[in-house]
Amino acid sequence: MENKVPAVRMRGITKTFAAGKVVANNHVSIDINRGEILSLLGENGSGKTTLMNMLSGIYCPDSGQIEVDGREVSIRSPKDALNLGIGMIHQHYKLVDVMTATQNIILGLKEEKYDLKAASARVREICQRYGFDLNPDQKVYDMTVSQKQTVEIVKVLYRKADILILDEPTAVLTPQETEKLFVVLRNMKKDNKAVIIITHKLNEVLEISDRVDILRAGEFVGSLKTSETNAQEMTDMMVGHAVALNINRPEPKNPEPRIVISGLTVRSEEGLLKLDDVSFTVNSGEILGIAGISNSGQKELLEAISGLQPVEKGDITYIGPDGKKVSLIGKDPLDIQRMGVALSFVPEDRLGMGLVGNMDMTDNMMLRSFRQGKGLFVNRTKPRAVATRVRDTLEVVTPGLTTPVRRLSGGNVQKVLVGREIETAPSVLLTAYAVRGLDINSSYAIYDLMNQQKERGIAVVYVGEDLDVLLELADRILVLCGGKVSGILDGRTTNKYEVGSMMTTLGGGEAR
Amino acid sequence: MNKKRGPLAHIVKRSEISWQAAWMIRILAIAASIAACALVTFLLTGDDPVSVFRTIWEGSFASERRLWVLLQNISILLIISLAMAPAFRMRFWNIGGEGQVMMGVLATASCMIMLGGKIPNALLIVIEIAAAVAAGAIWAAIPAFFKSKWNTNETLFTLMMNYVATQLVAYFIIIWESPRGSGKIGIINQSTQYGWLPQIGEYKYLLTVLVAVILTVLLYIYMNKSKHGYELAVVGESERTARYIGIKVGRVFVRTMLLSGAICGIAGLLMVGSTDHTMTTTLAGGRGFTAVMVAWMAKFNPVGMIFTSFLLAFLSKGAGEVATNFGLNQSFSDILSSIIIFFLIGCEFFIQYKIMFRKEAK
Repeated sequence: MENKVPAVRMRGITKTFAAGKVVANNHVSIDINRGEILSLLGENGSGKTTLMNMLSGIYCPDSGQIEVDGREVSIRSPKDALNLGIGMIHQHYKLVDVMTATQNIILGLKEEKYDLKAASARVREICQRYGFDLNPDQKVYDMTVSQKQTVEIVKVLYRKADILILDEPTAVLTPQETEKLFVVLRNMKKDNKAVIIITHKLNEVLEISDRVDILRAGEFVGSLKTSETNAQEMTDMMVGHAVALNINRPEPKNPEPRIVISGLTVRSEEGLLKLDDVSFTVNSGEILGIAGISNSGQKELLEAISGLQPVEKGDITYIGPDGKKVSLIGKDPLDIQRMGVALSFVPEDRLGMGLVGNMDMTDNMMLRSFRQGKGLFVNRTKPRAVATRVRDTLEVVTPGLTTPVRRLSGGNVQKVLVGREIETAPSVLLTAYAVRGLDINSSYAIYDLMNQQKERGIAVVYVGEDLDVLLELADRILVLCGGKVSGILDGRTTNKYEVGSMMTTLGGGEAR
Repeated sequence: MNKKRGPLAHIVKRSEISWQAAWMIRILAIAASIAACALVTFLLTGDDPVSVFRTIWEGSFASERRLWVLLQNISILLIISLAMAPAFRMRFWNIGGEGQVMMGVLATASCMIMLGGKIPNALLIVIEIAAAVAAGAIWAAIPAFFKSKWNTNETLFTLMMNYVATQLVAYFIIIWESPRGSGKIGIINQSTQYGWLPQIGEYKYLLTVLVAVILTVLLYIYMNKSKHGYELAVVGESERTARYIGIKVGRVFVRTMLLSGAICGIAGLLMVGSTDHTMTTTLAGGRGFTAVMVAWMAKFNPVGMIFTSFLLAFLSKGAGEVATNFGLNQSFSDILSSIIIFFLIGCEFFIQYKIMFRKEAK
């Protein structure tokens, strides 16, 4: 192993965007070896994906060299990359739903004769060699997220790649599926392939990789042997200063029911059952976490409560702080606001739904309040005051109140949105993926905000994807599985595996 | 070996551009388009390029009459562009301005022909205005209604409505033709002037210009200061956000298109009632489409549209003048206007994107 030529050697790679204003990578140099699993660790926006995109031919570096097996190369397209044996599995899968796994795998291979049988046989052989669990004839629309990922990986292997890059491969997987993936990755390593995983999850780095290269703000910070490091050291390198890793969880203050949901059933426009007989209660002064694999009904649940989603059956009752009960079924979002029921909804897709990217902070603050006041004209005085207050109290970093919010960083956009919702003085705050795409410091600022709302007696619903966070933040955790309630757990006593197994099996039958 | 580093040039989206720089690019594009026009004229006809430029200028500014015609052209184009702005800001691709104007034309002409002399003239004018506004508004609201109910494609729908409107006009021209057999309508109520909009002083075109100015101010206020204007901007930026905050998107579609159509109706009214006093199938003359460009180039800002409509009206008048002065036919003026429009639209690419050349590695 020692003194061998690395599979890939990247030297002094620099990449800038927006005419040199944004430096995504600044003189980054890394080595990638065969028979090794390398983690590329860094916060969101630290340039991990950009770096790997240059290796896989999506971007061209502004300057710097790339060597593959000791030979300088120029990678100008994903095709060039594959010819060099480099394959990348992106976060968003690019598969044709109506085709089978095999059809997707051989799609675009012009050199080969179109022979499905032979291709299926090769797919089977690849699966056997590395321990993938895949039926080559299954249609993609029938597949789980994890199976789709498998197709993407096999696709790259089928093209004889021996340098594999996986971008956040575990983001959409349950803990059990993650373990399966890790088994496969270890098999690839034994087969002398070079494997790179892009991640920001420390426990995974420790579990799977041999070496970890850390990026911070586009710069290479250091390379560590996984066996010789620990979570705290990696975090400090990644963030640049020491961070406390635990999240506050104050005790709930005299919780009382605020929203009672019973037998809620929701179908999508296509008639698919999205929520099936869901019942639970949201209490004031507590954080109710909602866990589930993506697309298990989280979105529909929040949208049903806020009036964006038609309900087929069941009831949603809001119980005001004064004890008055109102049914929210059949009301549209505006009715719900006008009835004095304060539901604040921080949607999953911040810019697509909660905010208007091209408008400035003031106009975005006005989204909730522009109807106030008589007359035909809008009054921007109050929204401007609110915008100023949100900027000051939440420390939003912005060039000015008139800057379009799409130019703010993810964390600041999130603060603008959460800030606006809190400004409406809600009694219920619904949030979905509130920290998606945020760096550690911003995430903690958001957790603090949630806790402050909870202490003010507001009922907080927090749909999250990172189980570690849910387990530390939420008082109770509702687990959804395929649109049904798989169980409601106490956030203080449960563990990751219990939640994980309930996410995949109703009631968590497979729990280990 | 250095050759293998990357492509020679690549395209980068600009994150922002100052308005000065944007206008600099547009002015360069205009200069380039005039140079191209001169070159084409020279190559095809052998005429001297400098006199081509002079002719373009003289087309609009040589006499007071020409200046007034230019002002009228700008005003009508501006009014139709103002009509386009709210719908386009809402990302409702209304390319049916032509048809909406024609419906205003038809409504005005039919009032003048059917009611002229039968009711008091003042009442006729009121009815005429109401009819033109209503006809344009309804014509525009039909596609909006279908989109809000059944999510039909507004681009195709509004485009088709243009043909229907033009055919309706053609049909009524035959019914009302005068003199018989000529296939056209002459000046309507020429001797009685029934239904003609009042002329201000001795200036035939002043009314049109004034209406355009008033509408510009009103539209500016509507789009920037009113609740409606705010709502349609939100709908345009993100329909999902609009739904999420409780805006009834379908209702905003219909309401905004009613407004757009009404303004187009006014353009039709002014053409028949104030300046042309007749109806032909080509009265709108493609301005329903040119207006889209005018509105777009000004980023849907009513004040900016004054400049863009001036630019397009001026250049197309100049192109027409070149064609006549040099003894060429209408097709040649079309070639010249197309060259100009090609450059004007093409330069938007350089406003949105930037071409980066590879820097040699040091």
